[in-house]
Amino acid sequence: MIHSLFLINNAGDLFLEKHWKSVISRSVCDYFFEAREKAVEPDNVPPVIRTPHHYLINIYREKIFFVSVIQTEVPPLFVIEFLHRVAETFQDYFGECSETTIKDNVVIVYELLEEMLDNGFPLATESNILKELIRPPTILRSMVNTITGSSNVGETLPTGQLSNIPWRRAGVKYTNNEAYFDVVEEIDAILDKSGTTVFAEIQGVIDACVKLSGMPDLTLSFMNPRLLDDVSFHPCVRYKRWESERVISFIPPDGNFQLMSYHISAQNLVAIPIYVKQNISFFETGSSGRLDITVGPKQTMGKTVECLVVTVHMPKVVLSANLSATQGTYNYDPVTKILLWDIGKLNPQKLPNLKGSLSLQSGAPKPEENPSLNIDLKIQQLAISGLKVNRLDMYGEKYKPFKGVKYVTKAGKFQVRT
Amino acid sequence: MSASSAFSDEKGGSASEPEYGHDPASGGIFSSDYKRHDDLKEMLDSNKDSLKLEAMKRIVAMIARGKNTSDLFPAVVKNVACKNIEVKKLVYVYLVRYAEEQQDLALLSISTFQRGLKDPNQLIRASALRVLSSIRVTIIVPIMMLAIKEAASDMSPYVRKTAAHAIPKLHSLDPEQKDQLIEVIEKLLADKTTLVAGSVVMAFEEVCPDRIDLIHKNYRKLCNLLIDVEEWGQVVIINMLTRYARTQFLNPNVNESLLEDSSEKAFYASDDEEDEDKKTEAAALAKRKPYVMDPDHRLLLRNTKPLLQSRNAAVVMAVAQLYFHLAPKAEVGIIAKALVRLMRSHSEVQYVVLQNVATMTIKRRGMFEPYLKSFYIRSTDPTQIKILKLEVLTNLANETNISTILREFQTYIKSMDKDFVAASIQAIGRCATNIGEVRDTCLNGLVQLLSNRDELVVAESVVVIKKLLQMQPEQHSDIIKHMAKLIDNIQVPMARASILWLIGEYCEHVPKIAPDVLRKMAKTFTNEEDIVKLQIINLAAKLYLTNSKQTKLLTQYVLNLAKYDQNYDIRDRARFIRQLIVPTDKSGALSKYAKKLFLALKPAPVLESPFKDRDHFQLGSLSHLLNAKAGGYQELPDWPESAPDPSVRNVEIPDWSKCTSRKDRKEKKVDKPFYSDSEGESGPTESADSESDSGSGSESASASDESGSGSESEESGEETESEDEEEDEEKEKKRKKHLDKTKAKKPAEESAESEQSSGTEDRKRGRKAVKNQKSASESESESESSESEDESEEESEEESESDTDIRKKKTPVSKQPPKQSKKESKKEKQEMSLLDLDDFEPAPTSAPVTPVNFLSSSLVSDLEGLSLTDTILAPTTIAPSGLIKLYELLHRITGEGLAVEYCFSRQPFSPDPNMVAVQIQFTNNTNSETKNLHIKEPRLQSGMRIREFAEIEVLAAGESVTVVMGIDFCDSTQAANFQLCTHTRKFFASIQPPVGELMTPVFLTENDFKKEQGKLMGMNEISEKLTLGEKCVNEHVIVERVTATANLSRVPCGSDKECRFAGKTVSSGCLVLVTVATKEGGRAQLTVNCEKMVIGTMLVKDIMQALSQ
Repeated sequence: MIHSLFLINNAGDLFLEKHWKSVISRSVCDYFFEAREKAVEPDNVPPVIRTPHHYLINIYREKIFFVSVIQTEVPPLFVIEFLHRVAETFQDYFGECSETTIKDNVVIVYELLEEMLDNGFPLATESNILKELIRPPTILRSMVNTITGSSNVGETLPTGQLSNIPWRRAGVKYTNNEAYFDVVEEIDAILDKSGTTVFAEIQGVIDACVKLSGMPDLTLSFMNPRLLDDVSFHPCVRYKRWESERVISFIPPDGNFQLMSYHISAQNLVAIPIYVKQNISFFETGSSGRLDITVGPKQTMGKTVECLVVTVHMPKVVLSANLSATQGTYNYDPVTKILLWDIGKLNPQKLPNLKGSLSLQSGAPKPEENPSLNIDLKIQQLAISGLKVNRLDMYGEKYKPFKGVKYVTKAGKFQVRT
Repeated sequence: MSASSAFSDEKGGSASEPEYGHDPASGGIFSSDYKRHDDLKEMLDSNKDSLKLEAMKRIVAMIARGKNTSDLFPAVVKNVACKNIEVKKLVYVYLVRYAEEQQDLALLSISTFQRGLKDPNQLIRASALRVLSSIRVTIIVPIMMLAIKEAASDMSPYVRKTAAHAIPKLHSLDPEQKDQLIEVIEKLLADKTTLVAGSVVMAFEEVCPDRIDLIHKNYRKLCNLLIDVEEWGQVVIINMLTRYARTQFLNPNVNESLLEDSSEKAFYASDDEEDEDKKTEAAALAKRKPYVMDPDHRLLLRNTKPLLQSRNAAVVMAVAQLYFHLAPKAEVGIIAKALVRLMRSHSEVQYVVLQNVATMTIKRRGMFEPYLKSFYIRSTDPTQIKILKLEVLTNLANETNISTILREFQTYIKSMDKDFVAASIQAIGRCATNIGEVRDTCLNGLVQLLSNRDELVVAESVVVIKKLLQMQPEQHSDIIKHMAKLIDNIQVPMARASILWLIGEYCEHVPKIAPDVLRKMAKTFTNEEDIVKLQIINLAAKLYLTNSKQTKLLTQYVLNLAKYDQNYDIRDRARFIRQLIVPTDKSGALSKYAKKLFLALKPAPVLESPFKDRDHFQLGSLSHLLNAKAGGYQELPDWPESAPDPSVRNVEIPDWSKCTSRKDRKEKKVDKPFYSDSEGESGPTESADSESDSGSGSESASASDESGSGSESEESGEETESEDEEEDEEKEKKRKKHLDKTKAKKPAEESAESEQSSGTEDRKRGRKAVKNQKSASESESESESSESEDESEEESEEESESDTDIRKKKTPVSKQPPKQSKKESKKEKQEMSLLDLDDFEPAPTSAPVTPVNFLSSSLVSDLEGLSLTDTILAPTTIAPSGLIKLYELLHRITGEGLAVEYCFSRQPFSPDPNMVAVQIQFTNNTNSETKNLHIKEPRLQSGMRIREFAEIEVLAAGESVTVVMGIDFCDSTQAANFQLCTHTRKFFASIQPPVGELMTPVFLTENDFKKEQGKLMGMNEISEKLTLGEKCVNEHVIVERVTATANLSRVPCGSDKECRFAGKTVSSGCLVLVTVATKEGGRAQLTVNCEKMVIGTMLVKDIMQALSQ
């Protein structure tokens, strides 16, 4: 399966290598560099690269390429999914997954990689087991460790691997028992020039932060579970209960995890919270153009739209923008050609507007295309699909936990074509 | 810092320790220091763990950066036995990395691991094996082989898992070990734990993927375990099973053309009774070959389906490909939704999924049509994703949706991403070729693009238009003319070449323009790209043949230019064409055919998806992605013509999925009467179980009655010592019973103190269900159980049971329906004898003897009838329950003289089998009557229900009355709250059931038990170790304690170290299986299997407490 792993930063420096079988020379990465150069954008590097003797499967995450070397047939998604899991584990351990943190914690990284794969086959990928094997670093602990010379490696042998519920440690204890659930919904939509919806769907996740002692067995039920058409679950969730009763019954992992994700694709269910009136045009002569964007609320269910940001990828020939915004600030970056208008809170009484002229490279032909607008927004305390958690019950433990549910709606890939 | 810290390190002073914390990874600390390794060696040799650790950390950091540290090998290996875990682990990392290079030195460490393999701790054994097998040193192959073999039969599943992991390692080190390894694989494949399954299949795939015969016996088990295997193992297993299924089952889509048919088949296939289906289907589809899906095939499809909801994209993809390759056409559709969901994931995942979707859409377009919009492209998508989405959209295009798709394509053409625009234009071209209706629209659209400012767009359009025109050139001479004009402006060679080719090919349609174009081209010939030059020569040749008058000189000129071109291809072409077309005296025979050669009708190009025919690779595989066979790829075999023998998959234990229905039926029959067993009121169970027991032998029979005794003893609460006698009695009983039968009327007076009471017991039973007793009496089990009951009976009689009991006993009699004529009379007789107390015990014993013969024949049906009458009696029938634990509902004082107690009578509650029967006893301690006792305003948790007892109108002073009510607790231990009202007062009351009362016993045979337990593995199994309490000296005490805690019945068991119990929850009917395995020294292992984990956990707690007291 996975033979070796190389971590390469955006500049093309190979800063970590790990082999699970015989050592493979890092020169194999030359094929990757070649593909990387050809692709221009890091996004466009093909995930699977074929070389004479090996196959390179890579992912690009947090400005790092995780390049794995494969020698024989293996489902590519298997490797890709695993590499993402590695990145997530790093994030989990070090707060962020970046070149600096990986270099700073190289020994832990190495220990983690050692545990996660055995002979190239995943062994322990559950963060709960890993944390029992190798404790994540904290400032306090690393200080204590330097002074006392003790280690990050768990003193006790991990038993999680043996349990039927590998995602939960035994003997969890908290003084405050609490369980929080965040229902986060993202609207993916494409609106066309006239404002009609070309495509819209909701991608929802329920993130949980569960800090409960012992072995609690939770049941989460919804007011309107019929809404959920397509769901995927954390392995802890019992499929059967969901199938038969539409409740989510599970023994939670300890700490933060994503309980489920769902997908609501029926368009009539997807409310579009805002509308955008825009007019971007370039003049035939005079190397200039005009821009006029207004944003207003549409179906917000009485909630305020916050953190509203409009991003426009301008054509290459746009040199600068001379605009005025009635609300918020705008910024045009002539290098990346990105116009960013940070509006903030949407005030329905006084609609924000951005207006002004664009100046183009002189002599260049008028750009053919109109740039599309990407919208970012946030609505607190609202799940746009109308999904509501009915109740959370706990069995198996005697104490009374503190429970909380939060709803947030965000814009996902929300695009307005012009 | 580097140099100075290195220096201080060398001194190895403890004072400098904090500096070791300095990040070892930040580049080149020691890179320039030649002696750098000396100080590390020194640190490794020191006897301070912290120094060693620091050194190892640095070394690992160097390894991570790819630095060579092999010269430290001896110094590091010395520390392999270090006590500090982290040092040890880092040494392992080092060892595994360099052992291959330093084989001899690596051998020094082997003994440590060999020792580790014998460690009592399973985790240490596993890690020793893991490292040992990772050391790639050929000399230790025999040691590894031995270690693997040993570990494969280790007690701990984790060690066995590690053994499975080690197999491919050894195989790659020494392929000659293959045969031995296959043996180990075979052994591990039979393993029943989820932990091992994934790893061993992985090993199977690497070592012997062609040994499909090893899978047969394990096929069903793997299917059933699948959902509980960890996600990575699932992927491997699903992929392997896909291949397996392709070799073993028939193609479910044989009659592919008959669509409606396949759905019908799917419907039939889900049925279990194939034979019948075969007949009906054969009749219906007389002409066609009937297809019936193998139940194992169905099992696989059914068990993989829920995994489509996995969070792991690889698992979802694996299931999707399984369905694509194996499912009947009508069922494949379900995977589309899941695949579309994956599209929200990381771009790499999208990339792979889209590739597979593209292949699927070619074969099964309908599947993804509803999700068309999910493939719409955003300007922010990476180009490679855009192009794949475009591919999918093109594949999905048909007459109905083409207009929306084309509108969508129109917006794409305006994109800033030029590669993507070019791909869009090609996509339009493909839609136009595939769908005749829109060809003209597309062509017009493309022609408009010809005036686009962007050259690339124009060029791409030209190329596509050329292909389209080739299909119907006559109608489009104006377009050709338009394109001829473009030749002045377009610079992209491919486009220019295309235009020239078009003009040459269709020069008849543009007779005036063509020569002019050639003229222009002749002028610029020398500056053109090679492909353009070739097309100029082509054009010249064609014109020469059709219109030699105008173009003869031009052609000569072009050919002359080409003759001296730098490119030899062009020179060759010119020479060849000159020979062919220009008539000379020695021109060959070919020139006669020149016209035919050049102006032959060319077939229109077929615009095909690059994903066509990719589906012969297993979807989701690397080979599919690359469209080339990757090393180690296992071909997906074709369906067999006729199915191989399905019986190879039969295992001794019959298939679970098959037998469930039958078993359910059986259970139902057995269940109901069985509950009442402990009340001693319903013989039917006894006889029913004795009947089924007779198959499983005497041992199980004796076990079943033990359960009876257990539940009985639970009533008495504390009659441990009596149990001891039972063993002796066991043998005696048979004899006694025999005596009973023969002598019937005169039991020996003194031998039968116990006998007597057994008689009373019998009478009690008989009172309610005579027949049972009769039938039962023929089997020993009944007699035994009655014997065993006697002890408790005695005691209880000695205790203060008395009048209430008798009153209770009376009630049923009065209420019995007159229908039961014959039985009734007998009952009455017994009733009387009971009232007369112990003296008349001959009567009941004689009673059972006579009707045995005719009863046994139609036993089952009779029993059913009986159990029915039983339930009619149940609500009002109150068992002699004085021994059941009583709970207080209302105290005499708070109730102002009204005392209320309740108990769980463990009887079935006949009005609603999903309710727990609660028996409530009201005692009026006041001096006046209490009226209108009833329940009001139940406040219940959601889902819970109460069936109230009928209002008690009057309760006289000093009297007490007992009623039964039913509560459906919904399998939770939440209390049911309600108000208890009298004519004057209201009292709040709440009933909280102990978890053990939420279930009713279920009868299972040993085999059934094992099967059911097998189904409830993984998360549904809770296992705890415990130390038995002092009094739990033998099996009987355990049985008694367990049955006292929970309303379960004993399951017969072959081993005397294990006690098994079965029951099911009252409200949802989930099975509850309990196993108590006793070990040396009063230790025991308690295992509870129950789908409802909460119930399971609570039950474990309760039983643990009961047993450890």
